[in-house]
Amino acid sequence: MSTRLANGGRRIDRTRPVEFRFNGKRLKGFEGDTLASALLANDQMMMGRSFKYHRPRGVVASGSEEPNALFNMGEGGKFEPNQRATTTELFDGLSVTSQNHWPSLEFDVGVLNNYAARFLPAGFYYKTFMFPRPAWKHVFEPFIRQSAGLGRAPDKETLDADTYEHFYFFADVVVVGGGVAGLQAAKTAALSGAKVLIMEQDPHWGGRAMVDGEPEEGFVQRLVGELEGMDNVTMRRRMMGAGVYDHGYLLGYERLRDHAPMLAGPRHRLWRIRAGQIITATGAIERPLSFAGNDIPGVMLAGAVRDYIAEYGVSPGDRVAVVTNNDDAYRTAIAVKKAGLEVPVIVDARAGGGGELAREARGMGIRVENGKAIAKVTGGKRVKSVKLCAQAGEGAVLEEVACDAVAMSGGWSPVVHLWSHCGGKLVWDEAEAMFRPDESRPPLNQNGAGFVRCAGAANGALDLGAGLADADAAGKGAAEAAGFKARGDTLPDLAQDDALPIEPVWMMPQGAGPKLRMKAWLDYQNDVKVSDVQLAAREGYESVEHTKRYTTLGMATDQGKLSNINGLAILSDTLGQAIPQTGTTTFRPPYTPISMASIAGEARGEIFQPVRRTPMHAWHEANGAHWEPVGHWRRPYCYLKGEETPHEAVSREIRATRASLGLLDASTLGKLIVKGPDAGKFLDMLYTNMMSTLKPGRCRYGLMCSENGFLSDDGVVVRLDEDSFLCHTTTGGAERIHGHMEEWLQTEWWDWQVHVVNATEQWAQVGVVGPNSRKVLEKLGGDVDISKDGLSFMGYTSGKLGEFDARIFRIAFAGELSYEVAVPASQGRALWDALWDAGEEFGVTPYGTEAMHVMRAEKGFIMIGDETDGTVIPQDLGLHWAISKKKEDYIGKRAQERTFMQSSDRWQLVGLETVDGSVIPDGAYAVAEGENANGQRNVQGRVTSTYYSPTLDRGIAMGLVHKGPERMGEVIDFPGTDGTIYKAKIVDAVFYDPEGEKQNV
Amino acid sequence: MLILECPCCGVTGEETEFHGGGEAHLKRFGPGSADTDFENYLFMRENPKGVHLERWRHVNGCGKWFHVARCTVTLEIFGSYSAQTLEPPQEIKDAISAKRPGWSWRDFS
Repeated sequence: MSTRLANGGRRIDRTRPVEFRFNGKRLKGFEGDTLASALLANDQMMMGRSFKYHRPRGVVASGSEEPNALFNMGEGGKFEPNQRATTTELFDGLSVTSQNHWPSLEFDVGVLNNYAARFLPAGFYYKTFMFPRPAWKHVFEPFIRQSAGLGRAPDKETLDADTYEHFYFFADVVVVGGGVAGLQAAKTAALSGAKVLIMEQDPHWGGRAMVDGEPEEGFVQRLVGELEGMDNVTMRRRMMGAGVYDHGYLLGYERLRDHAPMLAGPRHRLWRIRAGQIITATGAIERPLSFAGNDIPGVMLAGAVRDYIAEYGVSPGDRVAVVTNNDDAYRTAIAVKKAGLEVPVIVDARAGGGGELAREARGMGIRVENGKAIAKVTGGKRVKSVKLCAQAGEGAVLEEVACDAVAMSGGWSPVVHLWSHCGGKLVWDEAEAMFRPDESRPPLNQNGAGFVRCAGAANGALDLGAGLADADAAGKGAAEAAGFKARGDTLPDLAQDDALPIEPVWMMPQGAGPKLRMKAWLDYQNDVKVSDVQLAAREGYESVEHTKRYTTLGMATDQGKLSNINGLAILSDTLGQAIPQTGTTTFRPPYTPISMASIAGEARGEIFQPVRRTPMHAWHEANGAHWEPVGHWRRPYCYLKGEETPHEAVSREIRATRASLGLLDASTLGKLIVKGPDAGKFLDMLYTNMMSTLKPGRCRYGLMCSENGFLSDDGVVVRLDEDSFLCHTTTGGAERIHGHMEEWLQTEWWDWQVHVVNATEQWAQVGVVGPNSRKVLEKLGGDVDISKDGLSFMGYTSGKLGEFDARIFRIAFAGELSYEVAVPASQGRALWDALWDAGEEFGVTPYGTEAMHVMRAEKGFIMIGDETDGTVIPQDLGLHWAISKKKEDYIGKRAQERTFMQSSDRWQLVGLETVDGSVIPDGAYAVAEGENANGQRNVQGRVTSTYYSPTLDRGIAMGLVHKGPERMGEVIDFPGTDGTIYKAKIVDAVFYDPEGEKQNV
Repeated sequence: MLILECPCCGVTGEETEFHGGGEAHLKRFGPGSADTDFENYLFMRENPKGVHLERWRHVNGCGKWFHVARCTVTLEIFGSYSAQTLEPPQEIKDAISAKRPGWSWRDFS
């Protein structure tokens, strides 16, 4: 059984017990425990079930590489799935449940998959679920959804109760990893005066040296003290280097109070760091060995076993068998023995056995078997014994050794993730059987120089003395590359380990047959076995990237930290090629999963995206505005009165406006000032119409196209004076069109004297619309002349309207007598209030965007985004009158000369009038005779705008119909999604006041 | 997250301050031009593995367009220069030549 030892445990404080809940059970641990160590101390070796076969799984590792021990953590707004027990620090009240089982961890129905495993081989999704097609929807998908998946998805209605933040940081040298290599590299770099940041994902400094021995007594404590005393050094624990990106950009993920939820402040902080140089001192990860039953709870990495003993005073078992292909695992045997527990056997796959450490183990009376292997581990929910065989053979069992834990070591792989994220290349080190960074091919910065270097074990320097020297050199090199004068530090004098070399063991035993290979796990989390990778290779998956996706090897939340090297070695072996020829899959950030909320940072709720408000916003809000988002603006869709529906409100607003007087807040319209001696010439290029001939004091409706000929924006252009134009754009188009103008001015016609300013927010604008609009403006008084002749249709004047500094445009989007009045934004609300008061006697009615849309549709006016979708040219919309024939050039003119745009064989704008007066559904298509290649009805047009017109008391619509204008009077069919076929007659698009008498009064 | 220098305001900033605008030094073909010329101008783009000349705008800064000479493989920046020019200035060409001898891009080398 696993239990708490009487002594030891550097990290725990035995005077401070902590209570937590696991699957509803109350358990005890100590402050300083991780969830994993506390569960082990309570003899809870089995921690979850596997993804595919629902096999019982226990903890394998002690750090962030852990694949098995994942838990649902917390409740309600604090719930989070897939939390690793090995990196979860224990706190009072912690509550977790195990994942991926039903009905319980101990008894699980899904384990039936385990017995059907031979019917679920690699790629079984692709093979099994192809035919018959309907079975996917009704049988396979529901089955897979029920049985697959790790943690539970958080409830979609529950909001995360915590807060998160982003933090920007700049440093000359950033060191990722706070083991002895990282600390030494940081110190050497900092001695040069460079600004240094060092981060460690663990709560403790020192890394593996705290378990396996420091360079000298108190080394880590001394180094940490020295660094803390330097003003140019920033130190952060519980912070992971998540990813390295172009030109020295680095993401740091700091977990501020996962370990102490009672503290105030943000939970996670995402550090967005710009580093001159990056040193990755990220250490190495131990590899599992591939023998049958290597996933049974109790089989653990050798390094993890001694971590639990030394750091937490926890023993994974009373009798720990050790299996290895290298000297390092002997340290575990020695630690287990020193803790007073039994090591029944050390199984060393190397025929020649180990070096100095092996001698020490033998000296302690531990039995060592060289050239041997584990044929099989027995046990279900817990290891019972190991069956030994010869490593060179096929697995004939020589003897069975009883034990309740197995410590395995297949060698160590440097953590090269951060080096590789941004393009650093790797070399295969034959002697050490590992990929390590190729320092001649680092990731490059903007100057073409390397900006990442690795230090210590991460660089392949597994020996402590060599690692320290490597780290010192990395610190010096990084500081110099960042522009500082650096020199090396004085290092402790260390003798080199006299370890015997590792011998790669990718399969155990070497000649393991199919039965053993089917129980030898590579990827614990995704349940990928040796036999799966071999099958993929036999089926032709030669590329490691393809094999990964076919077998799902390395695709789980641990991204194959334990499995990738073993998997690609098996693949290489099966393909009969060298490991470097197979290569690795791509390392991508983040190193371990980071919370989505930390990526969002503060951008949530109200400040997710700032809302733009007009000066009249508060009035709308107080008067029943039913809001509609338009770009970043909020505009009233309509104003609700009493119990009426939005539809009723829109009809009321239209009737009132057409009968007497309506007010529209038009402040959101884009307002660009184009000024300069060449302004007219410039606008002639931007608009399809001629703008240079516009007289000061006059307005003209204009169209803008892209260089590809398609309609992009429209609006009224006003000539303010000889040199200045005011270009109105659509609400959503102001910034885009401003950018469009700047682009052409700066990059094509840079010698033209034109200046553009976006004055959208400097002006508030009110549409004063309806037969009584002139009367209400005249009531306000002032010195402006807005009489019929004083300000004719499409005229502009400015001056005092009452007390306001007004620009008045007589333009009519609703087809009534109407004016748009613009005043400085600061006067906007006062103008609105004045119009409201003055309009009372006329029954003034504010109207929203929907009434505006319906009224313009009644007049047959187009709307950018309704009648246009980026594939429509002005000619399609019958807007030939707005295209100058005199101009030699405008943006889009050449494109419109192309034959298919000149052709009449296009969908063109017409009005549509339903035969029975009903409203055609939005987005409906007009069907034609016959079917297309997919067996769908052919189409001959579509609706672009469709409304109920209260003015005409019937449905009206506009649409693009194949050769529409030639087919007036024809009735075509628009099938709705409700099964109804809407029959509509093709008519002229102007439904209301075709002669324009209403606006010319 | 590239680091670029705006030649107009002199600011060295990171990519979030800027916005890419595609290939530089396009020659506009207007009304009356041949179909192939217009097609090349509007649609055909260089896609080099190596030296590339491209347009950027300092959109969250001074607002100016400029050109950047960059390696699409290593993301190395050779230099940035004014957008108001028909070809890269000699010092930019020299900077590219120093790192990528024998380079060529469209008609430039």
